Amino acid sequence: MSKFKKKKSGELPAVNTASLPDIVFMLLFFFMVATVMRQNTPLIQNTLPFADQVEKLDKKDLVMYIYAGKPLPRYQQTFGTEARIQLNDKFATVSEVQQFIYSEREAKREELIPYLTTALKVDVETNMGLVSDIKQELRKADALKINYTTRTGEVSKN
Amino acid sequence: MARRSSPEINAGSMADIAFLLLIFFLVTTTMETDRGISRKLPPMQDEDVVPPIIRQKNIFTVIVSRDNQLLVEDQLMELKDLRQAAVEFLDNGGGVGEEACDYCQGPRDPQSSDNPDKAIISLVNDRKTEYGTYISVQNELVAAYNQLRNREANRLFNMDFTQMEANFNDVNWRGNKEQLKERIEQIKTMYPQKLSEAEPKN
Repeated sequence: MSKFKKKKSGELPAVNTASLPDIVFMLLFFFMVATVMRQNTPLIQNTLPFADQVEKLDKKDLVMYIYAGKPLPRYQQTFGTEARIQLNDKFATVSEVQQFIYSEREAKREELIPYLTTALKVDVETNMGLVSDIKQELRKADALKINYTTRTGEVSKN
Repeated sequence: MARRSSPEINAGSMADIAFLLLIFFLVTTTMETDRGISRKLPPMQDEDVVPPIIRQKNIFTVIVSRDNQLLVEDQLMELKDLRQAAVEFLDNGGGVGEEACDYCQGPRDPQSSDNPDKAIISLVNDRKTEYGTYISVQNELVAAYNQLRNREANRLFNMDFTQMEANFNDVNWRGNKEQLKERIEQIKTMYPQKLSEAEPKN
């Protein structure tokens, strides 16, 4: 009689979690491959303007970034509220732009230099005077390919 | 005989380690690629080069004032009308004889541009102009060129010009890239982007 009786425990069987690490690893590899590390910590306000005639800026290793805008509130004590340029992780003046371009070029392989693009990430409220000064410096440094980085949207939102 | 099983390694903490790494990469990931308006700056010029003489009717002046107002051909204009005005100017085709433009669909006004190859848009800003306004104006002017190029590309090749360029830059696109490049060049010579920017006035 008891021969046919199955051993029965009153509790539910535990869910098998043996494949959980596999799933997590899969996600992990996806994010590892898709990750691009943040290069610069912004020191300035950086609300980009809207535009709709945009092109994608691929190949991140061939892009040099120049940021400009008002310093963030916590830096305004030391750097004031006037719009400034940020190169790498520090504030810079217009005259340092050329040097920055040359040092960026130095770091790249020679055959890639003609494909280098300068991305201008400039805050909406910046005055054109500063932007023109940057452009003038870029012309002097012969870095003629530029890209005004924008958000995608109608220009009426600017 | 009793089989001795080798002791199992406890893999219970594996998931924890993997989670830790996963969260690290989740936080540091930036997925989006940047987008923007690509432009090419003019190279530095020698001082002694004499600028070529351009007839006034072939120049379309856009002035952006310090309080972000538009002055197009000496008249105040709203931003939303700029695209249409630029298209009309570029597509005018008022030239006769050698300067005639056989693909232009504009009004052929003799007071406006001769042909798209001669037509130049001149953009002047003030140093106090806001960057946002400048980008809006740039965007509208690029849009005017794209509109005309799309029209011609659709007429000749049944495809948008912007699509053609996207295909050309797409590594995975399967098709005749040589031919595509020729076609892009052809459209570009029909409507060359001649956008001149003066240095800002005060």
